[in-house]
Amino acid sequence: MQKPDQNPQGILIEGLKKRYGQGETAVDALKGVHMQVAAGEVVGLVGPSGSGKSTLLKCLGAVIEPTAGRMYLNGKRIYDDGWLVDDLRALRRDRIGFVFQAPYLIPFLDVLDNVALPRMLAGEPNPQARSEAMNLLKALDIQHRAQAMPSQLSGGEQQRVAIARGLVNHPPVVLADEPTAPLDSARAMMVMRILQQMARDYQAAIIVVTHDEKIIPTFRRIYHIRDGITVEEAGEGRPLD
Amino acid sequence: MISLAGRDILHAWGKFLFTGLGLGLLIGVTLSMAGVYRGMVEDGRALIQASGADLWVVQQDTLGPFAEPSGLRDDLWRNIAALEGVAAAANVTYMTLQIHSDRHESRVMLVGLTPGDNRLPGWPRFLLAGRHISRGHYEAVADIASGFHLGETLKIKRHHYTVVGLTRRMVSPSGDPMVFIPLKDAQEAQFQKDNDSIIRQRHRTAANPVLSDSRVQTAVNALLNNQQQVNAVLVRLQPGAQRTRIAEHIRRWQRLQVYDNQQMERILVGKLIATAARQIGLFLVILSLVSATIVAFIIYTLTMDKIREIAVLKLIGTRNRTIAGMILQQALALGIIGFVIGKIAATFAAPHFPKYVVLLPRDSITGLLAVLCICALASLVAIRMALKVDPAEALGG
Repeated sequence: MQKPDQNPQGILIEGLKKRYGQGETAVDALKGVHMQVAAGEVVGLVGPSGSGKSTLLKCLGAVIEPTAGRMYLNGKRIYDDGWLVDDLRALRRDRIGFVFQAPYLIPFLDVLDNVALPRMLAGEPNPQARSEAMNLLKALDIQHRAQAMPSQLSGGEQQRVAIARGLVNHPPVVLADEPTAPLDSARAMMVMRILQQMARDYQAAIIVVTHDEKIIPTFRRIYHIRDGITVEEAGEGRPLD
Repeated sequence: MISLAGRDILHAWGKFLFTGLGLGLLIGVTLSMAGVYRGMVEDGRALIQASGADLWVVQQDTLGPFAEPSGLRDDLWRNIAALEGVAAAANVTYMTLQIHSDRHESRVMLVGLTPGDNRLPGWPRFLLAGRHISRGHYEAVADIASGFHLGETLKIKRHHYTVVGLTRRMVSPSGDPMVFIPLKDAQEAQFQKDNDSIIRQRHRTAANPVLSDSRVQTAVNALLNNQQQVNAVLVRLQPGAQRTRIAEHIRRWQRLQVYDNQQMERILVGKLIATAARQIGLFLVILSLVSATIVAFIIYTLTMDKIREIAVLKLIGTRNRTIAGMILQQALALGIIGFVIGKIAATFAAPHFPKYVVLLPRDSITGLLAVLCICALASLVAIRMALKVDPAEALGG
């Protein structure tokens, strides 16, 4: 296992455990997860229902705290004694990007403000936040829909906007939860291309949780999770073109 | 930072507008109720001011002509008018009854005035049309709220009266418009019995063995049919006259009750309108509770509709106070929309109320503050629910 100071960029997880409940009813959802994703890399996380996938995602997303283990983000230890909810909130805002199965865009904000929102929440003035959001929309070739409302977009466009929102703060880690599930093959491949391009361009470590057989062959590395333990496998790394 | 509440309101403006409309009508009713109360107080004050009297002389141990029955001999005014410092004294009678013309029927307060000098206290101060009463009988001046027209013939008890003048804002404490007629006619209307009653009374007197003398019977019947009563004597003082001293003199030597304008106002507002005020107050409380319940329900429902968005907002790092602020701002915006609609509705509805409705700016400001407080309190349930939303809900699983 690499030491964190040897890999300062990306995400490193060592012996992550999560127990729900106490005593005889306690359930060990994660039993010692080891994982490492370098900056600029996209890895897959696959596993059957009940394997601990969602719990791992919530721990990675700083939504719940693990029972034991360590997590490093760009070399900085994230889980430690003394973390407060407010710190986790700031962590989610500034250092973790989220892309969901459904886009979950804010329906009362237009595309530009949906993307700019995380930067605005971080206290950046609206013009600068919008300017950065527009750059991302351009990178994702959806700048022409900047003033549209989410309800006016197609499913593929909504997912691209959601990806832009997840990346707008240039987080070192992006968690994508089944981002291609509702999409057809062509659109799923397009989303994967975008994620890989964004990982390269923004040096983000992207973890894609998926069941989607269409995209699993595109990963170079895949983590399988079973009964709360991860096993790393080499992927096919099939080209996306 | 953009206003999330503002954007949501603009996005779902129809929902907010229609909810605000419903709330606004409730607030309009609340403002109108407050206006009705203010109108009653204002009517009472107008009645006292319009009388032109400085002192109200009434029967001993009574609260005056409006709150309690009061009867005085109609020649007492001479003794009072003769007092030093008194500029004028005039008899007056008050009686509420139903009167009608060929065209229209109205409940009015009939006021009997000494004809001849319209500068005497008790007379309406100004007329909208026509002239004051100039004859001793069968002429009337009506408040315009009674619905009677100039030249119209009114039937009051046994006699017919011609409306010769119209006035306004001359109403009783209960809001009935006043109709002024000559004092003798008013005394007749108030105290004269019908023919059958008079005949029955004569028979009773004749059947009484103690009153067997026909002259005694005549005297007794005359006494029983005495109409020489008034309800009050209104007194206007000379400039610089000592009000307290004159009032005390009348109390002590004439054995009568005297009230000045402030005391009369306290009787009208504190005793006569008190029950109505309590009733209106209770209505206001009920309407406030209903408004609060509606706002709470609407804001709760709107928040429930946004649970997933709130979870996403929390997941991407939105502070709890930003989310609470969004819900609070929406509740306050709903209150302001409702208040504006309510204020407009109350303003347009006020002239159509049968009673005088006074919408004071002070009441409107108090109402707005109350609405904002109610909305803020009503949003607490939704805020509590929103703060409980787990950001993990956005991740599913």
